[in-house]
Parts: sequence; structure tokens; C-alpha cells
Amino acid sequence: MSPTAELVKRTVERHGTQRESLLPILQDIVKAQHYLTDEAMVEVANLLDLSAAEVYGTASFYTFLDLKPRGENIIRICKTITCYMKGKDEIIKAIEDRLKIKLGETTSDGKFSFLAANCIGWCHEGPAMLINDKVYTKLTPKKAIDAINEYYD
Amino acid sequence: MVMDREEKVKKLNEHKEKVNQIFQPINFCEILDKTIQMNPEEIISEVTESGLRGRGGAGFPTGLKWKFASEQDSDVKYIIANADEGEPGTFKDRQILEEQAEKMFVGMALCARAIGAKEGFIYLRAEYNYLKPDLEARLEKFHGCLKDKGLEFAISIRSGSGAYVCGEETSLIESMEGKRGEPRNKPPYPISNGYLGQPTVVNNVETLVYTAMIIHMGHEQFKALGTKDSRGAKVFSVSGDADVEGIYELELGMTIQEFVDLFGDGDTKAVQVGGSSGFCVPRKKFGETIIGFEGVPTGGSMMLFNSSRSMYHVLHNYLEFFCEESCGQCTPCRVGSQQLLKGIEAIKKGDKPASYLEELKKLAETMRISSKCGLGQSIPNPFLSIVENFREEIIF
Repeated sequence: MSPTAELVKRTVERHGTQRESLLPILQDIVKAQHYLTDEAMVEVANLLDLSAAEVYGTASFYTFLDLKPRGENIIRICKTITCYMKGKDEIIKAIEDRLKIKLGETTSDGKFSFLAANCIGWCHEGPAMLINDKVYTKLTPKKAIDAINEYYD
Repeated sequence: MVMDREEKVKKLNEHKEKVNQIFQPINFCEILDKTIQMNPEEIISEVTESGLRGRGGAGFPTGLKWKFASEQDSDVKYIIANADEGEPGTFKDRQILEEQAEKMFVGMALCARAIGAKEGFIYLRAEYNYLKPDLEARLEKFHGCLKDKGLEFAISIRSGSGAYVCGEETSLIESMEGKRGEPRNKPPYPISNGYLGQPTVVNNVETLVYTAMIIHMGHEQFKALGTKDSRGAKVFSVSGDADVEGIYELELGMTIQEFVDLFGDGDTKAVQVGGSSGFCVPRKKFGETIIGFEGVPTGGSMMLFNSSRSMYHVLHNYLEFFCEESCGQCTPCRVGSQQLLKGIEAIKKGDKPASYLEELKKLAETMRISSKCGLGQSIPNPFLSIVENFREEIIF
């Protein structure tokens, strides 16, 4: 059994095969593999007795269930107007320079993907971003780069 | 009249002394004791009498929602706390969950007792995943307290996956059922056909906390604040060009002018009330516009813009947001949001004449009446209120 198939099997065992478990299953797979491979989706479909199209259709609806290869860590910078007003463009520029990629891309070492997100709920302390599940607020270019450096030992 | 920061903080503290319900520490086990002594009818009547309306933005009377759900003939019912706080400019539910999650659990237990549910869920947006470990630990304690009192009720947490539309209650339910978060046709409403086809109450986090406070202090005290149409207080998320940004609980029924005097930087030209899907109020209407259901209803998002801001830019940002977050199921919303965005870009560039704006306004009106859910129906709110009040900024 491939590592992906094994991961899917374990995840499905944990959540059960009912349809309501589909999202928690997909969320856990993304947590482990950073995105959903075709193989993972087909495996999930088999185990939940759904068509692969049904699983793909559901997964592709949600921004946080990525279908494209993503880095080990995902940066999501808030692009709402209030974060813009506090200078999020400057932060984007600083992160792009640090990681040598553009917004929307993944570093060649697979360490980071850099994405934009809609409001993450920190408007009063913008600019704000998430790295995986951790939130960073009141960003300055320096604070943003320090935050990224935490993930390079 | 411009107050300096110190005066503002003083004034805000006066407001806090007067209101302070949501963030006031209370003993949740005590409210549970009170709950046990009340029968479902008493709970529903207390919540109904308070005049509480949903705090997520739509403003449906909470007591009525609970009453309808209680009348459903079913052994299995659910209560869902809507913690999918995705409206741009809103962040109050996050702080409530961080500081007063137990009060929300109590609100859920109250609703469960009122309608006859044994199971509850918290639908937590993925952007707030970091709250989950803490919430789970607090839930465990809460479940212990329920067990000691012999109450049969359990709450579990479900995560969202980054879809704004899932804040709409039927989309939320679809998502919980493991499907695309596309809104359902209504009726039937969730109160009769909700999660897994069973009667379900979906309430906003803040609404549930207020129900706990209403039972704790009695409906009279809740009702003493606010106006005839907008009873009680409300938690506001204040951001933008304000010197005292943050989360504030204020009495409903203030005018925008009073609000701007408290929060603005002295140069406020517009306030966007209710987030991207809300209304833009220009300076000349500050005095006459009431914050509440009789004026501008709001889920609590208040974004202030001063005269250095381009309202074209603001509207552009909101429309980009809707183009991304429209679920795509119905044509008026999916295509309409894109056409509005392309339309204002074309006018700005000079590819379309200024008169094209009239066409776009008609399109917005069509979206209001023909979109399937609240998302598409409310895109005209920011569009029309910005275009009508800041026409020059959109064209030139």
C-alpha cells in the first residue's frame, strides 16, 4: 500500500465512512500532506463509497483544501481593505523578497507557499497573516521576515 | 467636535460601565442551575420577551426561532453555533470565543433544553483553527459540569475550510454534511429541515451569549437598553481610520455621528456598516442614520474611512471579495459580481462612458431580487451605497 493510501485508510478509520466525515477527513489529509493529491481523493471516494467526482467537487469548493502542490508551511496574508490601509502591500513585497517567490507561488525547496486570504479577523491589528494555524498581527516588514525565519532552523 | 484619545477612552469606559454584558465574568454553572429549574416554555418566553434579534446580521428574532424549532415533532434536533465569522471587518466572535466561550456553551445548552436537542455543534472557521485546542479543553470542563447536573447534552467542534458563504446557515449545514457549501432553497428552513434533515437551530456566537445573559439577569435588564426595534446592546468590531480600534460592546440605537465622534480620527468621510455586504454611510448622513434595525443593521463590522481614502478602491476591494466568495451556484450572483467589478474598472479606464454606471445599478437591483441567498442579495448594498454617494470617485 502506498503511503498516501495508508494515510487515507488511517484517517477514514478515525472519522468513519459516513458522508458527514468527508470534510474532517479531507482536512486531516491536507494537514499531513499540505494538499490533496488525485490519489488521495480517489482513495477517499472508494472508502466512503462516493464517486471520485463527488469528492473532487466538494474539495475544490473550499479554499483551504488545496488541490495544487503546496509547501510545508502556508502563509496566508489578509488582503481585505483594512489590512491594505495598514500597509499589507509593503509586507507582501518584503515576504516576496525574502522567499524569492511571488504571491501565489511555492518556494523551490518546498518550505513555503505564499497565498492571499480574505479577512482573517484581525482588522484592528492589521496587517495580519497566518502561517499554518498561527496568527501574526501588526506586521512590519521586519516582523514578517522574523516570523518566516522561525520556520528555518 | 474632536475628542483626543484620552477623552475617547474615558467615554468608552463610561459606555462599558453602562453595558458590559458579553465580557462580564459570570459563573456558568450557576446559570445552568437556573436553567434546570426552568421549563422549555419559560426559557423561550424569557428570550422572546427580551426582544433579542440574531446578532450575525440578519436579525431574526431569536425567541421565535427557538419556538418554531421547539414545536417540531422530532426526537432528534440540533443546535449549531455559527462561528464562521467571515464578514470582512468582523472579529468580535473570535474575542468572545477566546474570553467567554463558556457563556456560549451555556447559551447552546439553554437552546437545547428549550427545543429538545441533545447534540450541539460549533462550526468554527478554518482561519480560527488556533482556537480549537483551548475550546476543546474548556468544553471538557463544561461537559463535566453538565454531567454533574444530570443534563444530557454534548457539544462538538467542526471546522470550516475557508468559504465565506458557509456563514449562511443552509450552506453551513451543507458543509457539515460533507458537501459543497452551497445554500439550499428556502423554505424549508433549518428549524424544520436542518442538519441531516432534522430540526436545527443555527445561532451566531454573540446571540447565544446574550441568551445566557438574558436568563442570568432577566429579560427586563436586557430590554432596558436599545430602541423599540433594536433591543439590547451589541458587540462592534471597529477598524480602519480610527484611533481606538478594537472590540466594543455598545447600546444599539446610536447615530453614526455619535459613533464617529467616539471612534473617528476627526476626518471620517464614510463608515461602512456591516462589512463588505453592508452599507456605506457618507458624512452628510451621519447625523440621521441610526445603528440598528430601523437604520443600518449590522453584524458588528464598522470600518471607518477618512478623506485620504479612495472609495473606488474600497468598492473594488469588496467586489473582488464577492467574485471570489460567490459560491457560483446561481447566475445573478456569480456573473453579476464579476460584471459589476469589470464594469467599474471599464468606467475608470474610460472604456465605458459614465452613463454605464446606470446600467450597473440596474444589474445590482436585479441581483438583489434574483440571487438565491443573502450573499448575492446583499452585494447591491455596498455597490449602490458607494456608487450613489461617491459617484465622482468611481468615475474619475
